[in-house]
Amino acid sequence: MPLSERVRHLREQSVNAPATLSSERALLVTEFYERDDAGTSPAVRRAEAFRYLLEQKHVFIGDGELIVGERGPAPKATPTFPEICCHSIEDLQILHSREKVSFTVSEKDCQTFRDRLIPFWKGRTLRELLFQEMTPEWQDAYDAGIFTEFMEQRAPGHTVLDGKIYEKGFLDFKQDIERNLNTLDFFGDPRAYEKQQELKAMDICADALIQYAARYATLARGMAEVEKDLTRKRELERIADVCNRVPAHAPRDFWEALQYYWFVHLGVITELNTWDSFNPGHLDQHLHPLYCQGLAEGTLTEESARELLQCFWVKFNNHPAPPKVGVTAEESGTYTDFAQINLGGVKPDGSDAVNDVTYLLLDVIEEMRLVQPSSSIQLSKRNADRFPRRAAKILETGFGQPSIFNCDVIVQELVRQGKTVEDARSGGSSGCVEVGAFGKENYNLTGYFNMPKVLEITLNNGRDPRTGKAIGIETGDPRTFETFDDLMAAYKRQLRHFIDIKVRGNNVIERLWALYLPTPFLSLLIDDCIERGTDYHDGGARYNTSYIQGVGLGSLTDTVTAIKYHVFDERTMSMQELLQALEDDFTGHEKTRLVLRDRTPKYGNDDDYADDIMRELFEAYFETVDGRKNTKGGTYHINLLPTTCHIYFGSVVQATADGRTAGEPLSEGVSPVQGADRHGPTAVCRSVGKMDHARTGGTLLNQKLTPGLLRGEQGLDKFVQLVRSYFRMDGHHIQFNVIDTATLKAAQEEPEKYRDLVVRVAGYSDYFCDLSKALQDEIIARTEHAGL
Amino acid sequence: MSTGIIFDIKRFAIHDGPGVRTTVFLKGCPLRCWTCHNPEGQRRDVDMFLRPDRCTVCGDCLSICPPNAISLNDHTVLVDRESCDICGECVETCLTGALEIAGREATVAEVIEEVERDTIYYDEGGGGVTFSGGDPLHQPRFLVDLLEECKRRDIRTAVDTSGCVPRAVVRTVAEWADLFLYDIKLMDNERHRQFTGASNRRVLQNLRWLSEQEAHVRIRLPLIPDVNADETNIRATGAFVSSLPTRYPVDILPYHSIGADKHERLGRTYRLPEAKAPSDAEVADAVGILEGFGLDVTVRGESHAFK
Repeated sequence: MPLSERVRHLREQSVNAPATLSSERALLVTEFYERDDAGTSPAVRRAEAFRYLLEQKHVFIGDGELIVGERGPAPKATPTFPEICCHSIEDLQILHSREKVSFTVSEKDCQTFRDRLIPFWKGRTLRELLFQEMTPEWQDAYDAGIFTEFMEQRAPGHTVLDGKIYEKGFLDFKQDIERNLNTLDFFGDPRAYEKQQELKAMDICADALIQYAARYATLARGMAEVEKDLTRKRELERIADVCNRVPAHAPRDFWEALQYYWFVHLGVITELNTWDSFNPGHLDQHLHPLYCQGLAEGTLTEESARELLQCFWVKFNNHPAPPKVGVTAEESGTYTDFAQINLGGVKPDGSDAVNDVTYLLLDVIEEMRLVQPSSSIQLSKRNADRFPRRAAKILETGFGQPSIFNCDVIVQELVRQGKTVEDARSGGSSGCVEVGAFGKENYNLTGYFNMPKVLEITLNNGRDPRTGKAIGIETGDPRTFETFDDLMAAYKRQLRHFIDIKVRGNNVIERLWALYLPTPFLSLLIDDCIERGTDYHDGGARYNTSYIQGVGLGSLTDTVTAIKYHVFDERTMSMQELLQALEDDFTGHEKTRLVLRDRTPKYGNDDDYADDIMRELFEAYFETVDGRKNTKGGTYHINLLPTTCHIYFGSVVQATADGRTAGEPLSEGVSPVQGADRHGPTAVCRSVGKMDHARTGGTLLNQKLTPGLLRGEQGLDKFVQLVRSYFRMDGHHIQFNVIDTATLKAAQEEPEKYRDLVVRVAGYSDYFCDLSKALQDEIIARTEHAGL
Repeated sequence: MSTGIIFDIKRFAIHDGPGVRTTVFLKGCPLRCWTCHNPEGQRRDVDMFLRPDRCTVCGDCLSICPPNAISLNDHTVLVDRESCDICGECVETCLTGALEIAGREATVAEVIEEVERDTIYYDEGGGGVTFSGGDPLHQPRFLVDLLEECKRRDIRTAVDTSGCVPRAVVRTVAEWADLFLYDIKLMDNERHRQFTGASNRRVLQNLRWLSEQEAHVRIRLPLIPDVNADETNIRATGAFVSSLPTRYPVDILPYHSIGADKHERLGRTYRLPEAKAPSDAEVADAVGILEGFGLDVTVRGESHAFK
């Protein structure tokens, strides 16, 4: 279905708008803190700051827009959050001039930073406080690239909305707040005062968003009055009506529902720069009743619903992730802000959730072909094959969306973590592949963890060979190890050492956020923050999970496998010979490198020799992390995904025993090492299926397929059979890059001709030409699984 | 249980029958088709298989070759196939994979172990194992043992055959195989002889016999311009297939030159270097003619209309 003129225009405008840095928010928040420097609790001050932002920020309605509201003063004008991280002039220069994921910074904004923002915020940002509070061991490990820290310049977010806003308006939330304020027990509850402050803060935030919508209503009304075009005039009047209605009240129709969500979204991403920007979750389930009602009443048609959804889609694309610098930019080098809309799956009662809106949304995804929002299908055994087949037809066009998740195993994962089965079913995946109980959980990713680096340090008896610095514990000279078990024991000790450092750091960082930057607006939206009178950052959510995301399982497995095979089992080389070759980065040891690379069992080939080692390494990581306590009354779990961190982590790891030379990327997610899988996708899925996905909170498997593989009805059938089989093995997620290498190489040569080429990177899709050369090369290197 | 010579096992084979399949390639074939895309499957014995582009001229293979059959020129390795006894010593040494051997001995148990790995995929869509080649019926004892073992394990089977084998072999295999993928290349016997090195009499008679037994068969017609894509041959094929007592679908496999360089790797000359893939129009013409005989026709397994 061709796009309407309106949508075509809005889409083009969004795609072509350059990402710019806007100092609007930074200035407003600075103004606020300059004037209001003390006197109230942190929660209330944050709420007042939020109100000030929404009162003062520029509001505008673009030509032809039906869904209104932007975080910045224009599409892709991206704010910064100086209370968290105030960019230096050098940061701004890097943001402005770097080749990938750049943000245009005007001279005027630079001036503002130099004269006003930097002097005010110096010594007051959470980022500075955070680094100051970390131990020297933590700092050493961080500098060496053992782990990254998610909360050093972005706020904990990692949550998704459930269906509550389609039933309740913000006035209803205010009533809930009031009821809880009235029942505070100042005699029996020592935290009654803190709860009172938090609830007051939430109440201020609720009013602030209602007032913000009212500003849009006023603007739309004013524009309608002077609008000459009668059709547009009516649209503007309608927009005014919608903004007067939501978010104060529950939505009465499809349009109001979308606008309501969008205001909520803007609230969340204006309050703080949360990771995984927030998203509506099971949008098809949420919208379906209003869609049916609109059709029945004759107030909505499939076409008008489609156009509203397309306008809604553009809104996400107008909002790049806030500018990232340093290691955070390395680990997540993308404009994508990880709003992953979930389609299909099951309803809270366990029944099939695929409906007409699901298919409508799949059309919208295909027609809009935008990098944001991200989308996924939640495939349950209850869903008919029509559903994944429809998704496959989109993948076949070379578009990297939607990704495919195993709804049934996600429910298992969440139930294992202690959720009720209904809460688990109303959850899904978000960000890249992370699971959560939507609307009820703070599932906080705390940082990537470089597993191959830990092995490297083990092989060097506690020293980082890149810098010579002793940052680990001494676990023995590996040349003295008599058995493979000695090596594994040393690795496990080293692993625990670094996970301890990470967890200790996290336990401080979580408290910094709770104490200094509470998030009362987000807290309004997530059960049971209102009932508990407790902030989202402070354990207010019903479920509180912390994750440490393991990176490089494939590289780690192949490296350990090579050592076991050649040094301990076949004895084709000694540990000394191997370590020497690694130290020399294989220079003068090319034959050793070829033996390690090509004459060694590899993970991803359904070879139990390597796959058993993968399982042991998976278990080691699981046992070291899973079940530890965080500061919010919740526990740690693991997931295995990298975003773009496998490139950064690879850059700090010297040559590895799988034949990889120093600095090359690591494997990503739970995928095999790039090019190591030689027996096709069924063997890959079998290998990966040997891990117990149900005990993770998400794993990422990337498969590159040539378009020919999905061609025709048979191709679609076999694609579905492949996915269904992987899911019968409890695989968590699989995503497909359906593209040929020739196209990718051509895009590297002439990026301007391929600006719209979207590929799956690692848990999200991105414009190929926006990726770094290293990441582009890595995608090209992934084995192509052509059919026979 | 018997052993046989196989030269490859490919998983996720999706063009060799229903569902997701594993294809086991058995060595040996009664035919010598000019455009054979698996020429390493023709001889029953193992073959030396060269990948000159991979050779880095390191010279490690020179001293290790017992009959001294290896030499180097400026940029790649050369093997004197007369004196080479295919012992495999050099293959062990060659880390870049420039020297390979096509074919290895395998037991039924080894093959079944590999085949069974993908049963979870077969189950989703009626998939299973395809025995191909070469012509798997060229190793009848081994093939029948494999088919029996699959039957015992509820693995569905297909055999991909030229049909150019004794009736007794076809009869035994038909007792065990669930499906035949049966090639017809040329209807004119003289041209068949010229192009494949054998008469087509057995091919056609065995197919008629299978159809009399109501065996499950899919006919495969490799469509090769200037060889068998002419109207006369397609008409003759249509007439023959439509005359069979059981109605069989015909799958057209448009020629591609992917196997050409494999002939060179075996030290042979590709006899049809000029051959091109048929145009869409040529394929459509062939489909039209065959459909004119009331046959169900697919192209690479897809209904033609789908294009």
